[in-house]
Amino acid sequence: MEILVAIMVGVLVAASVYLMLARNVLRFLFGLILISNAANLIIFASGRLTAEAPPLIPEGADAPLETVANALPQALVLTAIVIGFGLFAFALTLVFRTYQNLGTLNSDEMRLAEPEEGGK
Amino acid sequence: MAKSGAEVPRVYGGPAGWISVAVPAAIFAWMLQYVGPVSDGNPVLLALDWVPSMDIRLSVLIDGLSLTFALLISGIGALVTLYSTKYLGNHPEYPRFVLFLMMFMVGMLGLVLSDNLIALFVFWEITTISSYLLIGFSSDEAKSRRSALQALLVTGTGGLALLAGMILLGNVAGSFELSVILTQGEAIRAHPLYVPIVILFLAGAFTKSAQFPFHFWLPNAMAAPTPVSAYLHSATMVKAGVYLMARVNPALGDSELWFWTLVIAGGFTTVFASILAVRQTDIKQVLAYTTLMALGALTLFIGTGSPDAIKGMMAFLVVHSLYKAALFLMIGIVDHETGTREADRLRGLGRKMPLTFLGGALAAISMAGIPPFVGFIGKEFLYKAGLGHEQATWWITGTIFAASVLMFVAAGIAVLRPFTGKLADADTPQTPHEGPWAMWIGPIILGVFSLGFGLFPDTVEAWLVAPGTWAVYGDYDYTVDLYLFREANAAFLLSLATFATGAFLYTVHRPMRAWLGRVMEANPIKFDPGWDRVLDGLKAVAGWQTRILQSGVLQRYIFTIFATLAIGVGATMYLKDVLNFRVDWAAEFDGLVFKHWAVLVFITAGAILTAITSSRMTAIAALGVVGIGVALIFIMFSAPDVAITQLLVETLVVVLVAVAMLKLPHLGLAKDRKRRPVHAALAGVVGVLVTLVMVAVLQGEIDLAITEYFETASWPEAYGRNIVNVILVDFRAIDTFGEIAVVVIAALSAYALLRGTRYGNTDDEIEEGRK
Repeated sequence: MEILVAIMVGVLVAASVYLMLARNVLRFLFGLILISNAANLIIFASGRLTAEAPPLIPEGADAPLETVANALPQALVLTAIVIGFGLFAFALTLVFRTYQNLGTLNSDEMRLAEPEEGGK
Repeated sequence: MAKSGAEVPRVYGGPAGWISVAVPAAIFAWMLQYVGPVSDGNPVLLALDWVPSMDIRLSVLIDGLSLTFALLISGIGALVTLYSTKYLGNHPEYPRFVLFLMMFMVGMLGLVLSDNLIALFVFWEITTISSYLLIGFSSDEAKSRRSALQALLVTGTGGLALLAGMILLGNVAGSFELSVILTQGEAIRAHPLYVPIVILFLAGAFTKSAQFPFHFWLPNAMAAPTPVSAYLHSATMVKAGVYLMARVNPALGDSELWFWTLVIAGGFTTVFASILAVRQTDIKQVLAYTTLMALGALTLFIGTGSPDAIKGMMAFLVVHSLYKAALFLMIGIVDHETGTREADRLRGLGRKMPLTFLGGALAAISMAGIPPFVGFIGKEFLYKAGLGHEQATWWITGTIFAASVLMFVAAGIAVLRPFTGKLADADTPQTPHEGPWAMWIGPIILGVFSLGFGLFPDTVEAWLVAPGTWAVYGDYDYTVDLYLFREANAAFLLSLATFATGAFLYTVHRPMRAWLGRVMEANPIKFDPGWDRVLDGLKAVAGWQTRILQSGVLQRYIFTIFATLAIGVGATMYLKDVLNFRVDWAAEFDGLVFKHWAVLVFITAGAILTAITSSRMTAIAALGVVGIGVALIFIMFSAPDVAITQLLVETLVVVLVAVAMLKLPHLGLAKDRKRRPVHAALAGVVGVLVTLVMVAVLQGEIDLAITEYFETASWPEAYGRNIVNVILVDFRAIDTFGEIAVVVIAALSAYALLRGTRYGNTDDEIEEGRK
């Protein structure tokens, strides 16, 4: 299953790169959502996939009695999901606000800080 | 001399003034205690570990060479700061000036006392930076700023070369301690890296000490206030390069490369600078060029390398610091009290400024090399060393003879002419009068030393010159003997010839100056304008590459980033040969059931659909499919906590995007159409690379040590049965705290953005624009 997940992640990354290359910043945002999902899957799958054995310690034992899923990448991904959400929420607000102020979602037309050189 | 702002009345510069005098004076007194042991031939070594893991120590080496420098730096430093209390004491920025000057002094003392190469380099750079700040002290003048930047760039570039040379030398010698390196001269000279080390060291030393062809920054540096010129650009900083060459002479010297490079560059600088000196009309510029001459002579004699030459070099080093600092201070007083430094406008000041004249005259006689001053001794021993050396005898003796003659002339221009003769009537901007005691005391003290050391050469020999010669020559058995006069030998006759020629040239110096001016004008090679062209060229290159790289188009930036990623990762994988793995497809498909395939297909389809659709609603729905699919993968592979988080976040993302859509326009894909194939190709390449990297990683062994630690420690140490939760709230609690902080900051920033004031287009204008 890991290899198939790897191939799927490749598609996710390709789609997000394609979206991020667009001039429409909203599409860039979609790419951002996809690429953070892809990154989380990479971390998760790199710790190997184990079915139906959550990393829990049974009552009365000091450690898991049998092989359980790798807990470390799960903890990392959990943090990453939340941080990714924070980033996305801020970026979305920024896009929204930019549109309100500049009236465009096209990054080429956002030239407030760096006006066209020919315009001097 | 406040050129800008109102003057601030201060008594001797206020606290900044007297502290800045007391500190160098105290250091000078403290350093004196080492004169005894060092003159007995016992260098002192003190050490303090700084970065022990990298063999960087704050170690202090006090031998004849470093002690001579330290005494000059602190002694002249005290006189210069005392002088500054009157020269700049009422300047609004005076405390800032003192701060820079003290910073420089600390850097310079550290430089000459460091035993560790890396520490030496750090102090070397401190002198570069503080010199930049001091030259540019009158920051409202474009000329000052240009000169400061020029000095910084020239010496800073040399500093980088020096650092590279030091690292090579440290590796070759196996230690960064000078006291160790200096004992390994044989091994270092035989090493294949010897030539690069010498070239890099000399690049540092030549730029710092303004040797030809890096000489042009030093006369420009005279834009600094006069105390700075007296201190940095005659007595101390520019001698740092000389110090460095003298310091490493036992390790790097005594080779053909060393000899010829130093002798040719030093000799050429000497003659070239003394001709330029005589050509100037601004007395401060005359002194600036004679400083260049002195630096050239010191380089020349370090290169010559015989014990006699080193002895002459050490004697001349002391001689020059004494008279040159005094002369700079003198011209500062003249400038301060008359308002001009033009040689042609100053006449007969001696009657109005007798004490300044006295200080200047003592120094000038030493500079001209007239007995019984120590300057005569310095010149005599340089002649003796030149005549006694087998190689390049005529080049060494000839250049130093020419320089001494012109030095004689320059001494006349700098002191004899302005102070004697009839007082010119009202030709100066201010009526000349004597300066305050704090200003004339410095030149007089230095002048008295010049005379005293000349009358009692045994003192300077025992205290400074002999220990210095031992340190530079690397041999403590050599007997150093300085004397004023013993016999009428060749060197003495050469001195007489120097005086005769010098006196003749002084009488004709004004026509000669005009003639030299015409010759210089005709010379097509000009260094200073050349410097401007180099800088312009640099700026043009910077502008060109900025236009290429910083197009201002976000799309291109992102394209560059991903293309760099693709090339970097792809090339590395190809070169490291990580692609020869075999995938066990049978094991891969083993145990896969419908739910697995369904999730894989849904996520893949969702991603592709998001990328190609032009409908916002489709895109949002597809994104939701991907997010839920990822959550399902987490559930299937034993990560319930992660799955819950993913589901909540995914729901929120879709809701937020949907809410934002109410106010945002349609996606509009048309404009990108032309570039889409290129983008798709790059996206495909990056995707394939990510898959390959991941597959390659999955082929390798996994190290579960950390996971096992958490599994066994969760219950006994943290009393938690859910290992993931324990990691988050206990073992890695600070990370989680940081994560919460990030979310809070994002929320606050988003809130601030939404509440912030608007500018540019308002909603109404956007509405109108749509119509």
